[in-house]
Amino acid sequence: MEKPCVLARKFGNQEAIYSCLSSLVEEHFTVIDLETIASQPEFNQKIQAILVWDGCSFLNRSLLQVLPNLKVVVNGGAGVNHLDIPLINSFGVKVCNTPNVVGNATADLAMGLMLASARNIIQGDSFSRCHEEGQDIDESHFGRDVSSKTLGIVGMGNIGYRVAKRALAFDMKIFYHNRRRRPVEEEQMVGAEYCPVLEDLLAVSDYVVLLVNLSKASTHLIGRKQLSAMKSTATLINVSRGMVVDQEALVEALQNKTIQAAALDVTYPEPLPRDHPLLSLPNVIVLPHMGTHTLETSRHMIKQMMANALAALAGETPPDEVIV
Amino acid sequence: MEADKPLSLISGVGGKHGFSEEHADLIRQHFRTVCYSDLLINPHLYAPKIQAVFIWKSNPVIQRCLLQSLPSLKVIATEGVGFDRLDLRYIANMGVKVTNARGVASDATADLAMALLLASARRIVQGHQTAAGGPEPTAGTHRLACDVTGSTLGIIGMGDVGYKVARRSTGFEMNVLYHNRTQRSSEDEEAVGAGYCGNMDDLLRNSDYVVLAVNLSPGATALIGHRELSLMKPSAILVNISSGLVVDPDALVQALQSGTIHSAALDVTHPDPLPRSHPLRSLPNVLRTPRLGSSTARTGSRMVQRMVHDALAVLTHPAVPDQVQSESE
Repeated sequence: MEKPCVLARKFGNQEAIYSCLSSLVEEHFTVIDLETIASQPEFNQKIQAILVWDGCSFLNRSLLQVLPNLKVVVNGGAGVNHLDIPLINSFGVKVCNTPNVVGNATADLAMGLMLASARNIIQGDSFSRCHEEGQDIDESHFGRDVSSKTLGIVGMGNIGYRVAKRALAFDMKIFYHNRRRRPVEEEQMVGAEYCPVLEDLLAVSDYVVLLVNLSKASTHLIGRKQLSAMKSTATLINVSRGMVVDQEALVEALQNKTIQAAALDVTYPEPLPRDHPLLSLPNVIVLPHMGTHTLETSRHMIKQMMANALAALAGETPPDEVIV
Repeated sequence: MEADKPLSLISGVGGKHGFSEEHADLIRQHFRTVCYSDLLINPHLYAPKIQAVFIWKSNPVIQRCLLQSLPSLKVIATEGVGFDRLDLRYIANMGVKVTNARGVASDATADLAMALLLASARRIVQGHQTAAGGPEPTAGTHRLACDVTGSTLGIIGMGDVGYKVARRSTGFEMNVLYHNRTQRSSEDEEAVGAGYCGNMDDLLRNSDYVVLAVNLSPGATALIGHRELSLMKPSAILVNISSGLVVDPDALVQALQSGTIHSAALDVTHPDPLPRSHPLRSLPNVLRTPRLGSSTARTGSRMVQRMVHDALAVLTHPAVPDQVQSESE
């Protein structure tokens, strides 16, 4: 029997699923790529699902209008702020994400960024590759401690909690800020203390990790006022979404040494233009949004995407439908 | 009284290898100090009275002729990393003890091990280069990063540092295996969920990440060679924070070039520094840091205080066991 058709970017391209994992999709579906439907519109009516991975610049009203049998848009990843969900729903199409498989990989990267920033790993690697015999590294490159320092977690959801677990093993003192306080037993398990006022958390933290969902309320959550509340020796780590931070204010704060360092997996836009100040400031790490780009996590995400797509096509309730 | 304080040798104050003024003052609370250059100018004045040497950033370099010229020498106090340049057997035969600020450096060194492991696994340096405008890597399997949570960590050398690495890995739900000359107590093992591998080969075969945290001793030289590297998984990452001498550098280069192991993250190499043309300087699957060890600003003062404390302990209680020779692994 013919496999149902899904629309996705061609494997291995930008915004596309890795070629090495294509079999996980092709096991269940025939994949039609964007170039094919552009040149052969007879495929439009066969498309029952759209797979979104790493961005969806192609998903707009005019596309939705020509896919009469589309049932679901499935996003690889937890964040869906890039999808116009009300628009998609207005066509009778569900939207699903993969919220429960990205937690560990993202928490791992948050810790990796904190440690890489603290211990000047990138400068150390550059120095090691290029230095002349007899040239010693300057003491200013020695770095900062992580163990026993204070971590402030902004957004203590699934991923924030996993970061707390990891930080605990480094004997860090942990504060968190969240819309609602976690139960006491959960706080005690990771040794985290609640800060109802964000600025209080910012004032005491050596490392601040942002793990909120992007929403109207969290847009520019960290701006001039919040950056000034931070310690001048503090590091800001962002693995949530670029827009959670007022990026211009961040550049200023780093240039004026209001804070010491930043490590960002997310910015706006992505990627940043080549001449953006964040890319040349000495104490800043910028990654190209790779929070979940590991082999196993990508595999899990695709399997979860398949489960959601298959359920939606069968008329069942998908496990991870996003309801706005 | 100032004159009662024992005399110690240091490389100098300020400059590339010297103690900072602040650190020199910490030493001078308990010791008089003579700088190496002054010793060379006036050996007869100072050499007979030197009871301790404080090594900082591997200086002063301790050669046999220097040792032979210091008849009163009782202790060489080093910072955590760097005593691999000492001829430990010769020093022990002279009745001189070596201390290595045991414990102070271990938190920061364990942090560095985790920093190297995570940076290597998650391709942080490559990611930063891509974001800054470097070439976009093609998205084949080998370009995808490695997972850390839930993987298997093999620790070779379960002293202070190795144990602290194990503790830090528990937050990542890693399965921990360790190899050590002696097995740790079952309480110690349970606290970090570590399983003992009496046979190092078993650890090498099963680990996704291998962290070398052995103290250097004659038995640890070239512990990891061709054979050991070939036992490791092709997806495995080797992290070395102990000494460059623990790994056969040619075997490591070959293993990295041939894909016998996935990549390496090294805070230490041999030789050090590496010659300009050495492959370890340019291989894409090597992450290197320049002997950072435990170097963090705050650890510096604590380190010097511990060195002073340890050296005093040896001078006042000569029966104190040698920290380096008699450590648990």
